[in-house]
Amino acid sequence: MRKSHVWRTRNESAEEHRDRAQMTRSSNITAATLAKDIRLEWRSKDAINAMLFFSLLVVVIFSFSFDPTAEESREIAGGLVWVAFLFAAVVALNQTWARELRNQVLDAYRVSPAPPNSLFLAKALGNFIFVGVLEGLMTPLFIVFYNLRPLGPAWELIPVAMLGTWALVVNGTFFAAMSLRTRSREIMLPLLLFPISIPALLAMVRATSAILTGDEGISFWIALLVAYDVVFTIASLFLFETVLQAE
Amino acid sequence: MKRTFPILAVLTAAFLGYGLYQALWGAPTEQTMGEVQRIFYYHVPSAWTSFIFFAVNLVASIAYLIRRNLKADAVAVSAAEIGLVFCTVVLVTGPLWARPVWGIWWTWDWRLTSTLVMWLIYVSYLVLRRFSSGGQTPVLAAALAVFGGLDIPLVYFSIWFFRTQHPQPVIGDQGSIDPQMLHVLLINWAAFLCFGLLVFWARYRVEVMQQEVEETEALEALLEPRSSR
Repeated sequence: MRKSHVWRTRNESAEEHRDRAQMTRSSNITAATLAKDIRLEWRSKDAINAMLFFSLLVVVIFSFSFDPTAEESREIAGGLVWVAFLFAAVVALNQTWARELRNQVLDAYRVSPAPPNSLFLAKALGNFIFVGVLEGLMTPLFIVFYNLRPLGPAWELIPVAMLGTWALVVNGTFFAAMSLRTRSREIMLPLLLFPISIPALLAMVRATSAILTGDEGISFWIALLVAYDVVFTIASLFLFETVLQAE
Repeated sequence: MKRTFPILAVLTAAFLGYGLYQALWGAPTEQTMGEVQRIFYYHVPSAWTSFIFFAVNLVASIAYLIRRNLKADAVAVSAAEIGLVFCTVVLVTGPLWARPVWGIWWTWDWRLTSTLVMWLIYVSYLVLRRFSSGGQTPVLAAALAVFGGLDIPLVYFSIWFFRTQHPQPVIGDQGSIDPQMLHVLLINWAAFLCFGLLVFWARYRVEVMQQEVEETEALEALLEPRSSR
């Protein structure tokens, strides 16, 4: 078990560093990594273009396959929107860490004294912004194509979308770091992410449908999303370093 | 292991045979459902056994993350595989019973749905193990097991709420149970648990041997001269 011994020594030195580091330093690293990712994405627009086109295709194909009336589309739109966003988010999530493999950037992260969790938070926040932008751009299109007119309070869609997006990206960022270590990593991410995301997905879909159809019972789903977000954010922050350093 | 395993295997087989006899002839026939209800003595013990093995997987995974002991990882993978087999038995015997009694093979009732989701989570666990390589497999798998363990309560809770909001198409097995039926059920559960533990033991031994083989191979690769490449 020599390997684990090496792992522990490195881990300890990282902990010592972390003790010395101020909170400001760790948030500086988060901000720097986040700014770098946003700049990269702004210049290349790889992920956002792929996600936009992908969800546009989902909108069109679903419309053909179900051919819903206005009443029906109100019922199914919640599920449809979130399935489209979930599949599209996988595009952004898959390239989160893959980008860092070039030129051994990830290895540099691993040996640097930077706290791994600030790296994780930067990546998760970056994905949150990318998927959020996608949702902002796609929502008008959904409304137009499916003739959606919410019967409930429409502003409630914003907290539902934010909580739901965070639920997807926090686990997605974690599992993307995991699937980086596997063979055929592109297909591995959805296989890990989708089963775990089922309760969150159910909550998002039910909450969105309830707002669109003007039904009651949205508070339970929001509470569930909050619980899901809290539980898995803590779990990710606890385990990210372990996964990052896995040899 | 060589001596005790066959003895235990014979004992377990006898116990399972006794359980089968009790399930088919010992237990009284159910009033409304008739003979088809006897699948209950396989369905429910399998479900309980699979829950126990999934719990063992979670505990072993946490132990691995803390202690980094490969034996804990061997326990985790064996428990996950056997739990998944029993969970599959649950998912297969359920529809077999539901078709004559409810008239449908499957319904998205909360118990069925959450068991299916749990099955999916552990399938993804085993897929991850299969697709990752070398020394990182135990770490990644243990992390995923913790995530799965955290997810299962949320799955149960969400689906329970989702399905109780709507009228249920069928009635669950609420109500009282005949004491003789309970007796047979518990006998079968004990037998299934013995069987599960026996297979678990064998699987664990295989996994530990596999780890030893890999360690030896890695050592040999280090010692071998470069020319052999």
